[in-house]
Amino acid sequence: MKTRLSAKNSFSLNTELQANGDRKILLAGHFGLQEVETFEKALPQQPLPTPAHTSLDLGGLEFLDSAGALALLDLADRIKAGGGSCSLTNVPAKAQDIINLINLEEVKRTPLIGGGKKTDFVSQIGDGFLDFVQDVDNVVSFTGELLIDLVATCFNPRLVRWSDVLLYMRRAGVEGLPIISLIALLLGLILAFMSSLQLQQFGANIYVASLLAIAMVKELGPIMTAILVAGRSGSAFAAEIGTMKVNEEVDALTVMGMDPMYFLTLPKVIASMIVVPLLTIYADLLGIVGGLIVGVGLLDLTVFSYIQETKRILTVFDFTSSFVKSVVFAFLISAIGCQRGFQVRGGAAAVGTATTSAVVSAIFLIIVVDSVFAIVLTYIPR
Amino acid sequence: MKPGQSEPIIVVEHLRAEFGDNLVFKDVSFQVKRGEIFVILGGSGCGKTTLLKHIVGLYRPTAGRVLVHGVDIVKQDQKLMQQVRMETGMLFQAGALFGSMTLAENISLPLQKYTDLSPKMIDLIVKMKLGLVNLSGYENHLPEEISGGMKKRAGLARAMSLDPSILFFDEPSAGLDPISAVELDMLIKSLNAGLGTTMVIVTHELQSIFLIADRIIMLDKEAKGIIAEGDPRFLKDHATDPRVIHFFNRQPMTD
Repeated sequence: MKTRLSAKNSFSLNTELQANGDRKILLAGHFGLQEVETFEKALPQQPLPTPAHTSLDLGGLEFLDSAGALALLDLADRIKAGGGSCSLTNVPAKAQDIINLINLEEVKRTPLIGGGKKTDFVSQIGDGFLDFVQDVDNVVSFTGELLIDLVATCFNPRLVRWSDVLLYMRRAGVEGLPIISLIALLLGLILAFMSSLQLQQFGANIYVASLLAIAMVKELGPIMTAILVAGRSGSAFAAEIGTMKVNEEVDALTVMGMDPMYFLTLPKVIASMIVVPLLTIYADLLGIVGGLIVGVGLLDLTVFSYIQETKRILTVFDFTSSFVKSVVFAFLISAIGCQRGFQVRGGAAAVGTATTSAVVSAIFLIIVVDSVFAIVLTYIPR
Repeated sequence: MKPGQSEPIIVVEHLRAEFGDNLVFKDVSFQVKRGEIFVILGGSGCGKTTLLKHIVGLYRPTAGRVLVHGVDIVKQDQKLMQQVRMETGMLFQAGALFGSMTLAENISLPLQKYTDLSPKMIDLIVKMKLGLVNLSGYENHLPEEISGGMKKRAGLARAMSLDPSILFFDEPSAGLDPISAVELDMLIKSLNAGLGTTMVIVTHELQSIFLIADRIIMLDKEAKGIIAEGDPRFLKDHATDPRVIHFFNRQPMTD
């Protein structure tokens, strides 16, 4: 422990055994929190061997604080618990005031509620499952409510604050462009380079273009963009709404007669559903550009032949499915972000949990929905 | 059971504070004596909390000195600052309890950082501190499970965990009902009387001031400094400055 600025007088503890078997413990000097450590080490923690009587002589004390007073009372209590008797003698008036403040019965009282109870493994699994079911229920009802409100907005656009929609389009879309550009371009470069290592062996360099185009447009573009948006914007939505919940701003909206769903959720969802598909198409094209750089730079392909091969392999259906997928992803990311935000109860830690949960749940849903799309799109006739 | 009460424990000398172009204090000087309940008073926006944050070392002044226990905290010497931190505790406006921790964990945090006490003794001290603020039995509650007034009392228990010689309070009565506010005032007074802790309180609650304050300073936004200093009961009856008179009479200033 550090030396305290207020500790000016040294502490001393002396034990004297009297002729009649009684014990006298003399305390002198400064007896505060710092000295309690010394006191604890000097005296055993368990019930003390009990002479007929122990007296704690405080006559030499020049300073006592509440921790020191507690240590004295606890010692006296332990001596009594061991069957002995104990008294405080020569107590200075000021020290008595401090001792009077402490109620040892209250200190030893059982807490009103138990501390972090430990449940067995089976109960934990059961609790976890029930939490999961409750969570699914919450997400489904929130999504349902959101869809109804979205439809209502189509019939009455004035329900939504369009200035907020523009704001979130800028935040989720424009401000996300640099990172999406970088990742998409690098992904295109890496994918083209790695596939060329295999295709070169068969003299099938030209198929790098078709492989990359199909991979980027059908899968990687939508998924990568969605995951980036979930990390950037989904988490931001959860944190924003969560903090508003903590600060009672959401309650204020409700009290003012404004539906938080229209005021907070819909602008974010609509903005995401507009910008994420655009970001996806942009990412698809930049990925193809990345492939083009590798094709022209390393595989001796011409720009024209690369583009021709890309055009040959891609259909309008591919772009449409990529577009539709990204709209659904955008809806899921923004909806889950907002829902997690509304779930916040408590303080800063709950906001952190909601933010993490928003990202994890969004990524999970993106993968699940993408699998569904993969199956459905396979069976759609073109 | 604390050393002499006449010596100054906090000395503020010629403190000047500016935030960009905004001059908050021109030249503020005052002293707080050991063991007294000292109130920083003034209307909204006059810089009460800003002054408190300068005294606890959260803000650095543009010029001047702030001595706490003789240590110039403006210099921010890390070793000395740590010792000053052990001698001071602060109750923030909303308690500032850590939401993810129980009350016991909140209170034991400084004890675990600054002492080598056994877990058993720390547990006893935590329970004793909760008892001192009338929250016995609440050690396993989370801050979200208790009321605003209880949060403030728990915040006070945490501020007192190291038995500091100085306690700072930022608007302790704010947001409390009148009874809870008086109860908190009485608690502050009884802790001051029992433990001899120096209390520095920022407030604009006149009822609190007359109930607990030994001495006050009154700040003014226009003057950018202190306009009155002394015993609040004396100032109420004998002040000549119209701003002080209007404040004590709860009347707005008129041109």
